[in-house]
Amino acid sequence: MINKKVPTVQEALNGVENGMTIMLGGFGLCGIPENSIAELVKKGNDNLTCISNNAGVDDFGLGLLLHKKQIKKMISSYVGENAEFERQMLSGELEVELIPQGTLAERCRAAQAGIPAFFTPAGFGTEVAVGKETREFNGKMHIMEHAFKADFAIVKAWKGDTAGNLIFKGTARNFNPCMAGAAKITVAEVEELVEAGSLDPNQIHIPGIFVQRIFQGEKYEKRIEQRTVRQK
Amino acid sequence: MALDKNDIAKRIAKEVKNNYFVNLGIGIPTLVANYVRKDISVEFQSENGVLGMGPFPFEGEEDADVINAGKQTITTLAGASFFDSGMSFGMIRGQHVDLTILGAMEVSENGDIANWKIPGKMVKGMGGAMDLVASADNIIVAMMHVNKAGESKILKKCTLPLTGVGCVKKVVTELAVLEITPKGFKLLERAPGVSVEHIIAATEADLIIEGEIPEMVIE
Repeated sequence: MINKKVPTVQEALNGVENGMTIMLGGFGLCGIPENSIAELVKKGNDNLTCISNNAGVDDFGLGLLLHKKQIKKMISSYVGENAEFERQMLSGELEVELIPQGTLAERCRAAQAGIPAFFTPAGFGTEVAVGKETREFNGKMHIMEHAFKADFAIVKAWKGDTAGNLIFKGTARNFNPCMAGAAKITVAEVEELVEAGSLDPNQIHIPGIFVQRIFQGEKYEKRIEQRTVRQK
Repeated sequence: MALDKNDIAKRIAKEVKNNYFVNLGIGIPTLVANYVRKDISVEFQSENGVLGMGPFPFEGEEDADVINAGKQTITTLAGASFFDSGMSFGMIRGQHVDLTILGAMEVSENGDIANWKIPGKMVKGMGGAMDLVASADNIIVAMMHVNKAGESKILKKCTLPLTGVGCVKKVVTELAVLEITPKGFKLLERAPGVSVEHIIAATEADLIIEGEIPEMVIE
């Protein structure tokens, strides 16, 4: 067994430098690597390019990095509900590339799986397609999209073992499995880190080969963005 | 009388058939789940990675790890499953989802849809909408007939940046049900008490009107 465990978040993020491209899992605030984001804020790296479906909210998630102006460019599919983000984008301080959500997931997956590019119908005939190669397959037009190239992928899982195997919970899974192994170094933070052999191999969602460093997060706030309930 | 948002959702719920997998967008489309017939089997997909979505949780039973694409806390039903975003959009692009219901800012007579950006004013992003409209066979738009400024959202040609081209099949508004045919918008139904003339006046695009136009049946 190859041991991927690192003792601290500091060690997990060793090597993150200014100007790097970092993928971060999560959908809204669900399944985001909270502990790693807090450490990135502390480390203070800037000029970062972040690939993440959303940009957090004003005071949580990637919103914390935006607030400290550590992000140069965001690559996302949806950025609503974040006033500071909107302000930086409209003022031109922040570069933003908006891409369809399925394309975002597939560009991660392509990077993970060694596929340099692929064709998708999403965005054909829209401004997303501008400057991209198009091709017809089975009577339908598609545009060519490329795999992402990133320095770090930071993912969050529910349980993990020291071999780097990961299990996700609920919809906190989202982009995390697609990003694992899609960058030069993948860091996984987990709620519960166990010894290799403690998890059932049949239940593993992401094999440890895709993960270089794993650590147990100190605490998880798991903030809910839109708490919605019904009456009993 | 023009319909309210719940009535629009009730009308669209009639389009949901037995054994359908359905993706609901944010806004009016989310309400459709409340009005689907109880005697048919339907599974709701949310593109953040869940199939078999149930109602909102009771207070105190919310789980931060179980949300829908609108980031609302949800529950799951028996037979539900979770999956990653790559697989989720595999379901969508692979046309395994039977019906997509989403909102729009504009729809044009050739089935183009715009719903993600107002240049210089509002940019929220397309989320999964571009993947959904580029792939789904059956797309129904739920929206108000006119915008806040009173201008028609049913147009000859969209003015806002497009989300997808030639993809919308049907539009349900507070005034009418419209089908998009190769010749343009066809008026299928009108809201109870709303005249055909009223609908024509509220619509920038030309309408194909054949014979008596029945009233929508809202139960």
